[in-house]
Amino acid sequence: MSDQSMAAILEGRTSQPQQLIEALHDVQQLSGYIPQEAMTTLSQELGVPLIEVYRVASFYKAFSLTPRGRHVMTVCMGTACHVRGAARVAEQASAQLGVEPGGTTSDGQFTLECVNCLGACALGPVVVLDGVYHDQVTPRKLGRMIESVRRAESEDRLHV
Amino acid sequence: MSRLAAAEDLEGLRASLAAERERVGTTIVVCGGPGCQAAGCRAVIEALEEELDKEGLAESVAVRVTGCHGFCEQGPVMVIEPGNVFYCRVKPEDVGEIISSTIRDGEVIERLLYTDPASGERVRTESEIPFYRLQERTLLALNRQIDSSSMTDYIAVGGYSALAKVLRDCDPEAVIREITASGLRGRGGGGFPTGRKWASCRAAPGDERYVICNADEGDPGAYMDRSILEGNPHLVLEGMLIGAWAIGAAQGYIYVRNEYPLAVEHARRAVEQAREVGLLGDNVLGSGLCFDVEVARGGGAFVCGESTALMASLEGKVGEPRPKDVHTVEEGLWNKPTALNNVETWANVPLIMQNGAAWFAGKGTKGSKGTKIFALTGRVKNTGLVEVAMGTSLREIVFDIGGGGSDGAAIKAVQTGGPSGGCLPVEKFDLPVDFDTLSEAGSMVGSGGMVVMDERTCMVDVARYFLAFLQDESCGKCVPCRVGIDRMLEIVTDITEGRGRVEQLDLLEELGETVRETSLCALGKTAPNPVLSTLRYFREEYMAHIVEGRCPAGVCKALVEYVIDEERCTGCGACLRACPREAIRGESKQPHTIDAERCVRCGICLSECKYEAIVVK
Repeated sequence: MSDQSMAAILEGRTSQPQQLIEALHDVQQLSGYIPQEAMTTLSQELGVPLIEVYRVASFYKAFSLTPRGRHVMTVCMGTACHVRGAARVAEQASAQLGVEPGGTTSDGQFTLECVNCLGACALGPVVVLDGVYHDQVTPRKLGRMIESVRRAESEDRLHV
Repeated sequence: MSRLAAAEDLEGLRASLAAERERVGTTIVVCGGPGCQAAGCRAVIEALEEELDKEGLAESVAVRVTGCHGFCEQGPVMVIEPGNVFYCRVKPEDVGEIISSTIRDGEVIERLLYTDPASGERVRTESEIPFYRLQERTLLALNRQIDSSSMTDYIAVGGYSALAKVLRDCDPEAVIREITASGLRGRGGGGFPTGRKWASCRAAPGDERYVICNADEGDPGAYMDRSILEGNPHLVLEGMLIGAWAIGAAQGYIYVRNEYPLAVEHARRAVEQAREVGLLGDNVLGSGLCFDVEVARGGGAFVCGESTALMASLEGKVGEPRPKDVHTVEEGLWNKPTALNNVETWANVPLIMQNGAAWFAGKGTKGSKGTKIFALTGRVKNTGLVEVAMGTSLREIVFDIGGGGSDGAAIKAVQTGGPSGGCLPVEKFDLPVDFDTLSEAGSMVGSGGMVVMDERTCMVDVARYFLAFLQDESCGKCVPCRVGIDRMLEIVTDITEGRGRVEQLDLLEELGETVRETSLCALGKTAPNPVLSTLRYFREEYMAHIVEGRCPAGVCKALVEYVIDEERCTGCGACLRACPREAIRGESKQPHTIDAERCVRCGICLSECKYEAIVVK
């Protein structure tokens, strides 16, 4: 993360401890995770002890302390999705990607996330892949979604 | 747009905007709510704009992208004004025909109409569809009238006139009296009388006060607040402005879930638009009211739906609740008097001030007034958002509006109130839905989630699901919640995995009572509800797991087996190819079999089989 983008995030927030969560959101959005250096900078500039910055960054689910994959797959585990079989969908994702929820594949291709509710309950089970909502997902449908991303990436590699 | 210095300026603007709306003849209204987004409305909107451009109709036909209409199950939905022809499940490839037939020639396309399942007939407009007809849509009906990103649309249909009226005619006490008289109670789950909250906040000593809109809608299975804030953000702002006037606050906050990016975007845009014309800022409409609003994103912690935790989070801290021996109306955000209400509560305020307390109090029951929006989801035919008068029975909501079970399965229960609520069995469906009745029955209205469950839903698994959710979301500050939920989850997991013992049920109840009595905040105090309510109404399901080692719904993996019904199996091989464990064998066109040793009960074969030949025992 460049000094310039950090400066943009800090603009108007210097010495304002209450801006910590908003600033962390901006860092997360920009970098895909919260790098250690960013926490140190935020600590100094906002006037929040580093341990408190770490505490906040690790308390909230919105922040990740490790880099995320090129593709983020989010499986909704809300009640409405649950009664329509979301657990099976999540298990399939875990098995096919070989990572636990919250993990990133070793090649950095996928991050798998399970979240409590995405608020698209009418069409469960819902899975969001790179920001696109997919409705009424079955384990099989999810398998095809993963396969199509993998295929597209390997084709891209061939063309480079 | 120039600044609105007085109420007359607002009226002038409204008159010109309304005239402009009249001038545009045909408007194609497309729902852009979360359900229709998931069903692909973006592609439909793009196709519409392209086609209108190509046909040279871009000037004379307007496209209005709005917030949620409610009938998510039929999405993407579209309404063509005037005439209100209602099309559902619209695809981009339908757009050409919609323009050429309906827009140009005024002909209705039969196949895009909704078919009433009872009569089998196609109906033309929303008002003929039972799902809409049986509701009392007050807040939700507004969504359809306005482009969710446009302040001028909101003003054109009468927006901010309640604020202008209040600032001109009512002193703060009169506003509080009106809200109190309306009987409005908090829509976020607690059901606390809003007027009383505002009165205490106004009376609390201090020179700075805050109002907060809680849009951290964390209950899984609930998305009413999302739909209002996304679809009609200015309505919420107007409510907050009226609240600020009543309480004497100069600063407000909207704390919105980061998982709702569109709600964040629309709330921010609404704040900027309102500032630009002086509806936020100094001397609003020349009344002397100075009020501004900031939008803050939540961090994805369920506990932040609790008021004290939310305020800690707004201060930039970890979202841990504190004891409420001093109320937040006296010492809230930065220890100043604070009035916090949720999105739906704020959204009701302008309507009450516009139409009068008696109008609002005329709907609902003795203790619960007005209408309430519910998110009807799960194993029900018509999923979506439903707005009904308080006191409507569960049966009317689930069967008449919801159309009953999906694919014909028998409905067993409805879960209301999210992780703080409980499961009510079908025998209780004649209960009127209001704050007090549902609490007495062991559940709660909560924020309005209603998840329908049928014979394929295991109630023990549901209890385990909520405990796992709450164990994950407990902030860990107090012992009863942190340890108590953990132990309850351990016991219920034992039961779902075949290690349960009968005496554990009494222990579960005892633990539940303790957690309820001794936890610090509402998260812990209500956490045992899903377990206690399922024990109360579905004890036989717990017993089947423990005594017979059987999961009647066929959900708990450790207790079920997948087998193939030889009579139904055609030997098509779909399951065999799909099975990730190579557990299915069989010759082509001969009945297949499942190797129980290899089978991990992932359910893939179940979703692949077209002949319903896979049986879960």
